[in-house]
Amino acid sequence: MALLQVDDIHTYYGAIHALKGISIHVDKGEIVTLIGANGAGKSTTLNTICGVVHPRHGTITLEGEEIHRLPAHEIVMRGVAQAPEGRRVFGRLTVAENLEMGAFTRKDKEGIKRDLERVYALFPRLKERQKQLAGTLSGGEQQMLAIGRALMANPRLLLLDEPSMGLAPILVDLIFDTIKEINAQGTTVLLVEQNALMALSIAHRAYVLETGNIVLSGTGKELLNNPEVMKAYLGVE
Amino acid sequence: MLQNLRRRLSATTVVMWIIGLLLLAMVFWGSFQTLVSGKYSGRVWLDLIVFGIAQGSVYALIALGYTMVYGILRMINFAHGEVFMSGAYMGYFVATALENRGTLDSNLLLSLVLIVLGAVVTSVTIAVLLERIAYRPLRRAPRLVPLITAIGASFFLQYTFRGFFGSGVKGYPEAEGLKGTITLFGLQLLKTQVLVIVAAIILLIALYTFVQRTKTGKAMRAVSEDKDAAALMGINVDRIIVTTFIVGGSLAGAAGVLYSMLFRQVYFLTGFIPGLKAFTAAVLGGIGNIAGATMGGLFLGVAESLFPNLVLDGLGIPAPYQLKDALAFLLLVLVLIFRPTGILGERLATKKA
Repeated sequence: MALLQVDDIHTYYGAIHALKGISIHVDKGEIVTLIGANGAGKSTTLNTICGVVHPRHGTITLEGEEIHRLPAHEIVMRGVAQAPEGRRVFGRLTVAENLEMGAFTRKDKEGIKRDLERVYALFPRLKERQKQLAGTLSGGEQQMLAIGRALMANPRLLLLDEPSMGLAPILVDLIFDTIKEINAQGTTVLLVEQNALMALSIAHRAYVLETGNIVLSGTGKELLNNPEVMKAYLGVE
Repeated sequence: MLQNLRRRLSATTVVMWIIGLLLLAMVFWGSFQTLVSGKYSGRVWLDLIVFGIAQGSVYALIALGYTMVYGILRMINFAHGEVFMSGAYMGYFVATALENRGTLDSNLLLSLVLIVLGAVVTSVTIAVLLERIAYRPLRRAPRLVPLITAIGASFFLQYTFRGFFGSGVKGYPEAEGLKGTITLFGLQLLKTQVLVIVAAIILLIALYTFVQRTKTGKAMRAVSEDKDAAALMGINVDRIIVTTFIVGGSLAGAAGVLYSMLFRQVYFLTGFIPGLKAFTAAVLGGIGNIAGATMGGLFLGVAESLFPNLVLDGLGIPAPYQLKDALAFLLLVLVLIFRPTGILGERLATKKA
């Protein structure tokens, strides 16, 4: 059974039909990426999985359990955490407090401590700045914090929305290396990216979204070599 | 260079600054005159300041309710004054019942605990019902809608209390143990005022500890910054909002008791003027900012108590104390003109609405 199974979901913003029947699945241990242009519905897909918006039709199951009618905070408790687009760290809370908020639903003190050490090992910068207000961090550090904060929920499925947005190339490399490492440690990742080249190079599988529909899918390598993808998303003629 | 200056200063700005400077000059001139005339003794000033701090700490406790709800919902809960009034009312009922049994005089501490408990429970109930019935259904409505609802709820509560308990002013019973003065650090102070100040300090420390140190307090700050991101953390945003109303309501209930101790009366409009003043205090300190509300409350309390005698008297205005409310609201207007963000506030534009 797939860890996450999304079946024919339709999501609306008011009258706008944002997702027109998206079906994807993510297996345990994978990195799966959704690529596509601005407004294709990538973030909406993630937000529908997280329960920030609810689909009008279709089902989402997490290891067989239906989750598409649950409120966002209950989906987190079931092991889905998101590092949202634009990082959205709590600027007036310290780095340590932000990470504590990531573990909000958890009661297992030992586990929280272990995960805090895991996050600090992945991002030593955060450990150095744990007492600093998150609003004073650089963009790259805020992205690390957003990912670390999501990891503090000890998720079965980690959703990352545009982690490379607005970062210098050297930081993009660092973030993607870390995503691979997080995955190697056993966390399943669903990644939304505009930087298709980077995303496809680390993903096991990928889906291409266009205006609310899945138009292509395959392994990361297949899509990297697909002439249509190359033309549309990688800027290669 | 002159042209450059002219371009930067519009006529309105210049006029506003001239008015501001004139007011400032009047404040200094009035204070100077009063102090030089030596009309009031040091004793009078001390009394005014202590009374100002006492009433200011009550303002601060109410202002915290305004500021916390604003911080989380970006909404002015104008019915908060009535949350405070309902606490004062229940405090009155409990106090009167205790006085009739003689408990108020024989066991002061127990009586105070019971009075505060009754007031807090009442205020919290009203605050939570308000959130549930009047505000939650309008969470996604334009911001003006809940504001109007709040004003409506405020009148509804005022006239419901009037309907049930009459429009007369009720005298608060005074406990034997709280009459008279106490000497602290060589200063003779009214016992009630000392009690009010001490109680307010304890409540403020409790609040800061709660907001800064506990998980719920941190979640509250997270929700006030970004509700959607907080929900992604698994924080139940609705529950945090209710918690905010509970905390604000408890402070208002306690403030109701303290206010009644200072002024020894309660009626259905008790919440109106103090509510508006606490709102002024919250704006003064920078709305949404907890430390700001505390500072704003204390400043307003002291200013209101001190300025009539200090400034207005020196300007030769007769019966200056009658003007204290006018002064408080003049302060609100001035803050909104010259520093709309308040003492500690940040620019509203940078906040996500």
